[in-house]
Amino acid sequence: MCCLTQSIKITTDIDSLRSEIRDKSVRVIDVRRESDYKQDHIPSAVNLPLATLLSDDSPERVLKLVNSMGIDDETSVVVYDDTFGALASRVAWTLEYLGHSDVSLLETTYSNWKSLGLENDSQIPDIQNKEHSMNLKSDILATSDYLETAKTRDNVVLIDNRERLNFLEQHIPGAISLPYRTLASADKILRPKEDMKRLLDNRGVTADSEIITYCGSVGTLSGLAYYALKSVGLPNTKLYVRSFKEWKNLQKPTEKQEDASYWDLSAE
Amino acid sequence: MTNLKQTAKPVKPKTNWARNEEADNFAKTVKLFRQGWYDADSFRRFRLQHGAYGTRMTNDYAMVRIKLPAGEIYPHQFERLSQLSEQYSIGNAHFTTRESIQLHWVILEDVSEMLRSLAEVGMTSREACGNSVRNVMCSPMAGVCPDEKFDSTPYALATAKFFLRNPMSQNLPRKFKFTFTCCEKHGMARIVDVGLIPQTREVDGEIQRGFKIFLGGGLGNKSFVGHQLEEFTPEEDILYTSIAVVKLFDRLGDRTNLARNRMRYLVNEMGWEKFQNLVLKERAVVRATQSVITKLKVDTTPTEIKRPIRISDESGESSPDGYARWLKTNTLKQKQSDYYSVFITLEAGDITSNQLTALADFIREFSAEGKARTGFVQNVAIRFVHEDDLPRLYSKLLQVGLAKSGALTMTAPIGCSGTTSCNLALTNSHRLAKEIQRKFLELKLDEDDDLSDSTIKISGCPNSCGQHGIATIGFFGGGARHGKEMYANYQMSLGGRSDGETTLGEITLRVPAKRVISVILKIIDVFKENKKPDDTLKSWIHRIIAGNENSNIKSLNDLKKILEPLVAPPTKEDDPDFYLDYGSDTSYHTKTGKGECAA
Repeated sequence: MCCLTQSIKITTDIDSLRSEIRDKSVRVIDVRRESDYKQDHIPSAVNLPLATLLSDDSPERVLKLVNSMGIDDETSVVVYDDTFGALASRVAWTLEYLGHSDVSLLETTYSNWKSLGLENDSQIPDIQNKEHSMNLKSDILATSDYLETAKTRDNVVLIDNRERLNFLEQHIPGAISLPYRTLASADKILRPKEDMKRLLDNRGVTADSEIITYCGSVGTLSGLAYYALKSVGLPNTKLYVRSFKEWKNLQKPTEKQEDASYWDLSAE
Repeated sequence: MTNLKQTAKPVKPKTNWARNEEADNFAKTVKLFRQGWYDADSFRRFRLQHGAYGTRMTNDYAMVRIKLPAGEIYPHQFERLSQLSEQYSIGNAHFTTRESIQLHWVILEDVSEMLRSLAEVGMTSREACGNSVRNVMCSPMAGVCPDEKFDSTPYALATAKFFLRNPMSQNLPRKFKFTFTCCEKHGMARIVDVGLIPQTREVDGEIQRGFKIFLGGGLGNKSFVGHQLEEFTPEEDILYTSIAVVKLFDRLGDRTNLARNRMRYLVNEMGWEKFQNLVLKERAVVRATQSVITKLKVDTTPTEIKRPIRISDESGESSPDGYARWLKTNTLKQKQSDYYSVFITLEAGDITSNQLTALADFIREFSAEGKARTGFVQNVAIRFVHEDDLPRLYSKLLQVGLAKSGALTMTAPIGCSGTTSCNLALTNSHRLAKEIQRKFLELKLDEDDDLSDSTIKISGCPNSCGQHGIATIGFFGGGARHGKEMYANYQMSLGGRSDGETTLGEITLRVPAKRVISVILKIIDVFKENKKPDDTLKSWIHRIIAGNENSNIKSLNDLKKILEPLVAPPTKEDDPDFYLDYGSDTSYHTKTGKGECAA
């Protein structure tokens, strides 16, 4: 765990980002699809579609991508998406894992940015390659092996961020359910700190817990949860980035809510 | 076509039913309970008083029942429920038979968050469960019904307001239910503890408002039809009467035998005349001992009716497919000329979070009263829709999967929650109701006028949450055995009704779950062969029960003989599916937990 007390910036608010863009003191990453990005985006943003990252997210590849986006160790980075912050979180987490400390999420989605009438254009910026170092921050990553031993410890809380019905149907034994929709408020990708704190406190998730988040397949929903937890000052949080898909492929044990036909309560 | 949308002011609810401090208190109490400071019984009582009901085979989850007094709900409240269903529940909500809305599979520790959020929009789940005065219902047609003497809604709201959090109703022997209705036909007044139908009389040339009050009815393991207290109860006596009845029940009701402590058992054991006398005496005492004149605070300010949109009449558009069928089976003409009430067809009361949001939009766009009403049969009505706007509303409903036909017909069966969430359930009545609906809509039975006034209602156990006793064709679930193998089975009753001639259905035949659909279809066939020109299925069955039928089917026994071959269990080798309940792929076995007396 880090011993330096520094205030952790999780999200960047709209006004700060606008002035940072004017000052050219920020690298903005748009993680939407290329076609959407080409239509319009926040001025000066570069495009890194999540699918491009996921096609190979080995540290070596990520380093190349980061360099090509003109990011070095000192660059301040803000990531946004149009998927309630989940895709942006996965990209931000990847940068953090590489060892980049100054990365945050735009507090809102691109749709909301546009609906507020804020500036956008279709210019693709000219980027000069930079050299980023590689300093893997392994304490924010949980692998399946790590998870398997960690979850037997008392202070470890495993959080499943998929929807409730999916959780009831099947989950990693011992996990608690915190659907990703609980993380946001109406217009922000993360709910107010006080609200989030109270919710977690009711659930018995406290600062001395080690928390591991997971979701369905690639760590997007649980990536958002990773930042939601960090935002309320729970520093000891890890992302099980390969999530439930890998867990099932490895044929590890799962658990389900027995003796109830809850799916039949669904109107779909 | 031009649409000039008037931006009408959003209609604000008149009453805030919530108390902010209840959420904090709930969170604190859950913590203390988990730490062992409360025993399970005290905690359960507290939890139920706040509207959080237990869930099948687990202590980790609750069902939160949000009560909607008189069934009134506003667009922003629907939006909030949509959000809550995604955050804390299963992304779906459920409309009940008592005009409440339930969110299932909520983690007990999250209930307080939900209460907090509900309070922000003036909603409460307080006293939606437990031994208290439950949601005060009112007919979804009250205020618009062509047959009503006057709108009973303000009386229902005032009654709800009076009893909510009232010390008098915090620790009753058992739950207690009020239902206000609009007229005899729309009914439901004789199957609750206190049922009220508006009526008027002329005294010295002046029209006086009052009610017919029915006491001691109710559906359950043993059901009873209510008794009329007196010819006419004037409106100033409504509250005195209600207080008197609640007090009597509080004093005399059975507090030991859980299975026999609803007021209807008290009335039955004591005999109606004795109970009636006690009520009248008690009312005199209540009236005499109030230090001030206590009256219901009835707010009769008329609802502002303002058509929110105007559509140019040069439309020339053809109506979308299925419109005529939907118009016939889902809408009722109101007493206000040019206006209709539109009933939304749901499957056993279930609705998705997206559909809840869409409903909010439609109410704002189409309802001249700016709010909606939940109904008696796990559904919801958008009222005061202008005749000219109906095709447009239908198109919009189509886009979100809410335009299915048959809401007001037999093809919209009631199914209680059954094994989807209830501890007491023996069968998946919920899914069965959906299966019947899908099949019957496919067969277009909703268009058959002979069937439209009949009803199908299904409970997953004998406890009647699915109200099977008042259905034309009712079912309650149980398990049955063939050799060593168990299968889901239903007891079928015929001829129940809840109108002016309220009667409980007669137990007729046990029908395996996987034979229910074919048995109903067979009943319809036999009816069609034997009916007289003006008969509906409902009137035909009532004539059989009354012993006045002269066709081949002279008694329910004759009908039973025809149906019996359909219900014989096959061997497991011949038909393995027979031994699985709906919605399950594992062999059937009955499993129940402790009941909290569901509804």
